[in-house]
Amino acid sequence: MAEPVLEIRNLNVDYGLGDRAVHAVRDVNLTLHRGEVLGLAGESGSGKSTLAYGMTRLLAPPGVITGGEVVYHPQQGPAYDVLGLTDRQLRAWRWAETAIVFQGAMNSLNPVHKISTQLTDVLKAHDPKMSEHSRSARAREMLKLVGISADRMDAYPHQLSGGMRQRVMIGMALILQPQVVIMDEPTTALDVVMQRQILGQLIELRERLGFSVIFITHDLSLLVEFSNRIAIMYGGRIVEEAPAATIYRDALHPYSKGLLSSFPALRGPKRELAGIPGSPPDLAGMPAGCSFHPRCPKAFEPCNSAIPVLGRPDTPDGAGRSVACWLHPAEQPVG
Amino acid sequence: MTIPTSSIEQVIPGQGSMAQPEAAKPSRAKRQRFLFVRNKKAATGLVILGVYVLIAIIGPWIAPYDPSARSNDLVQGPSAAHWFGTTHLGQDVFSQILEGTRSVMLVGFLAGAIATTLSVLIGVTAGYLGGKMDDSLSVLTNVVLVIPAVPLMIIITSVLNNASDTLVALVIGLTSWSWNARVLRAQTLSLRRRDFVEASRASGERTWRIIVFELMPNLTAVIASGFVGTVIFAVLSEITLAFIGVVSNSGWNWGTILFWAQGQQALGQDAWWWFVPAGLAIALLGTSLSLINFGIDEFVSPRLRSAGKTKLKTASGGTVRMRIGFTPVLSNSATPHTHAKVVATPVMREAK
Amino acid sequence: MKYFLQRIAFYLFTAWAAITLNFFIPRMVPGDPVQSLITKYQGQLSTKSIQSLYVLFGLDKDEGLWSQYIDYWKQLFHGDLGLSFTFFPTPVSTVIGQALPWTLLLVGITTVISFLLGTGLGVLAGWRRGSWVDGLLPVTTFFSSVPYFWLGIIAIYLLAGPDSFFPSSGGFDSGLVPAWDQYFIPSAIKHSLLPALTILISSVSGWILSMRNMMVTVSSEDYITVAHAKGLPERRVAVSYAARNALLPNISGFALALGFIVGGTLLVEIVFSYPGLGYTLLQGLGAKDYPLMQGVFLVITISVLVANLLADIAYLLLDPRTRKEG
Repeated sequence: MAEPVLEIRNLNVDYGLGDRAVHAVRDVNLTLHRGEVLGLAGESGSGKSTLAYGMTRLLAPPGVITGGEVVYHPQQGPAYDVLGLTDRQLRAWRWAETAIVFQGAMNSLNPVHKISTQLTDVLKAHDPKMSEHSRSARAREMLKLVGISADRMDAYPHQLSGGMRQRVMIGMALILQPQVVIMDEPTTALDVVMQRQILGQLIELRERLGFSVIFITHDLSLLVEFSNRIAIMYGGRIVEEAPAATIYRDALHPYSKGLLSSFPALRGPKRELAGIPGSPPDLAGMPAGCSFHPRCPKAFEPCNSAIPVLGRPDTPDGAGRSVACWLHPAEQPVG
Repeated sequence: MTIPTSSIEQVIPGQGSMAQPEAAKPSRAKRQRFLFVRNKKAATGLVILGVYVLIAIIGPWIAPYDPSARSNDLVQGPSAAHWFGTTHLGQDVFSQILEGTRSVMLVGFLAGAIATTLSVLIGVTAGYLGGKMDDSLSVLTNVVLVIPAVPLMIIITSVLNNASDTLVALVIGLTSWSWNARVLRAQTLSLRRRDFVEASRASGERTWRIIVFELMPNLTAVIASGFVGTVIFAVLSEITLAFIGVVSNSGWNWGTILFWAQGQQALGQDAWWWFVPAGLAIALLGTSLSLINFGIDEFVSPRLRSAGKTKLKTASGGTVRMRIGFTPVLSNSATPHTHAKVVATPVMREAK
Repeated sequence: MKYFLQRIAFYLFTAWAAITLNFFIPRMVPGDPVQSLITKYQGQLSTKSIQSLYVLFGLDKDEGLWSQYIDYWKQLFHGDLGLSFTFFPTPVSTVIGQALPWTLLLVGITTVISFLLGTGLGVLAGWRRGSWVDGLLPVTTFFSSVPYFWLGIIAIYLLAGPDSFFPSSGGFDSGLVPAWDQYFIPSAIKHSLLPALTILISSVSGWILSMRNMMVTVSSEDYITVAHAKGLPERRVAVSYAARNALLPNISGFALALGFIVGGTLLVEIVFSYPGLGYTLLQGLGAKDYPLMQGVFLVITISVLVANLLADIAYLLLDPRTRKEG
């Protein structure tokens, strides 16, 4: 497997401080390799977005990172912990190394500025010496790359359709040629046709430009189709991680199975559709033991008392995948 | 000054209704009411307001002198006999302030009630019914809003000739409802699209029932804050009208005191005690009402509430500054971070 | 453009409503205060001016309300607001013409400064919460609860006096004649400092508070997070993304609050005997000079409407969406 570009180690994120703090992300270990698309799936409230905002330190108050490291491997030079950067270093790192395409395509653009202004101010911030002419040329080039004609440079966000706005955001994310692009539910607000069109375009761009993607969505079907590896989150923890095809064919965690059976298969044999009974856990009052056990059809004796560790399962294809479930106790804990 | 508890209790039940934006479950409402009073700003405001209400009731009885009675102590500074000094006719300023509180509170609350009633009637109707009704009521509201209220009040009261307190309250109430009506209309518009209102409309509930039982409980906080705001405005307006002498000056209020102080050259005689107490009384009343409104605002919009707490202390003495765009990192790793100090123990407590 | 035309139509409608109100107020009152004044000044009044007062105050009972209304409008279009009794026999329009520039300059300039200053401080308070500006809030709350005119009295008591730099009353030194020269202008500026300061202190806190709250609200918008994620300098995020958007509702607020502010500033003029519309209004009140009072009210209302229109234009220029608020 390729070398890592971003390693999340034991990341913990809380909302609030003290006794009333809610633990939204707990002991997450995750590695993104160069050039891959890593999918992050889970119901709303599973902590997947908190993870993304936490590792970039963009989480709004009262979010607090209570521990862990986010190790970034630049193309040249030694690796460093993003959480240890000063404000100035962090600002320089943002967008140039890791860019984000946000959930709300509608509200991600500043309504009072032209598209061109919002594309060029990144360039100005990261490379003050760049001439105005070349900034504008670069912005034009990015718009062309995502399939928007250059005459929309002077348009305001409200003059563009939802799909176009999201394309602008993707173009903006790639303008500094970052190594990592985090996509947080990038297409939820769009219709299905537009979703696939935009994602297809993104994958094509990835092959051309060679960046890595962390793709966050609740829609596992999209992940199965577009990502290389999938990590599934539940109650603030990663419960299973494996290559996309492996998850699709043979998920080990009952929660993953539940997620998979809640959408129709795109290709291959038909499966029976079934949802997951119950609702996602309240982060403020997590059940003891495995947080999924109250909803789990296969819960047994250790599940309500001890938390299963994420590790390599005891299955024949155990290498290259990990799961946190008492049905498949870890042979070798990860991290 | 000691604060009689009875006056606080007197005020709180009235405020209780605002303390439950979702008056769904009584137990929850009770807890929220408690929370509202626990808000430091609101509690301070309520206590001060309680004192004013008490003075408005008992003021004339506890006043040491008849506020209009003349004496031989002309324009005397504060003394044991006259706490706030005397006027050009030897009248006791302290007694005038005490007696004047009633008129100020009466006009303030009466005008506030009139304006709030009008704003609810017009704002909620416009927002709920929509269409042509909304268009015409909105234009009416906006017209009243941009016509300057104070000059209009001055003209009307001067035409009315020696208007009584009630009449003044009516004039103020009739000219100052528009702002709240506008806010209520916007709020009603957004509530109308919510599921629970749509649902009762779909189930054929009558319009007035939807408005009274579904909308109004959700508007209480907005209405209450509008009421408090109008009371501030009404108090200032009444005092303004009394100060320029267009209302009846047979009774006392703080504006009348300032009217005489200005007319009798209190400034030229260095008689600061003549005009300072009345102004401070207004300012303190206004501040207490503003505090209540801040409390309501923070209660309704938690974003503003948390805005107060941006620096939090951890148990080990480090400070965490909450900042948008740069999530604080409390880490036990060896590298020190930008804002948080190294924390040894995982147990952290909020400073307050 | 459609938005702009709508606004103009609205202001024309409001002006019509204010004038109509002005027409009806004296007609609703029992007794004829103006009639008694006319009787008092009989012999000094020309037939023409008596006729104009009859039209303005509806003393001509033989005519129907509708034809009175038509006559009223005709007279307004000729700029005839009747005769002032306080400044007898000067026409009201002349009296107002002399007072208006003073108010426009004093109130106009101070209100704009107050808005800019308050908005600026509000941006700071909302962006860097917990900074020194937050410490300013209780103080400004107190000042905004004080009537403008009382603050004026205190300012005179503390700062003005025979030996002080600040004059305590008037708009210029008594020996001078209004003119654009090197004697009059400095004197006028000197006389306006204290009233201006009073208005500024009383009105600035409202802007600080509303801008601060708007900043807090806007700060949690997605595009602010995006701006941070882009690694833009803090200043650019604060000014060009947050403040720029938070400003928009504050500008519509500016237009709406103007009517309230004008009321307070009139009283400041009274305290300082500043030769503007407020002081003129007070003089009219004392003499029960209804023609003057009505004229002042009309002019104030029209000025506020024009200021509103200017604020609308500012909004139009600042918001590319030019969507109507609320």
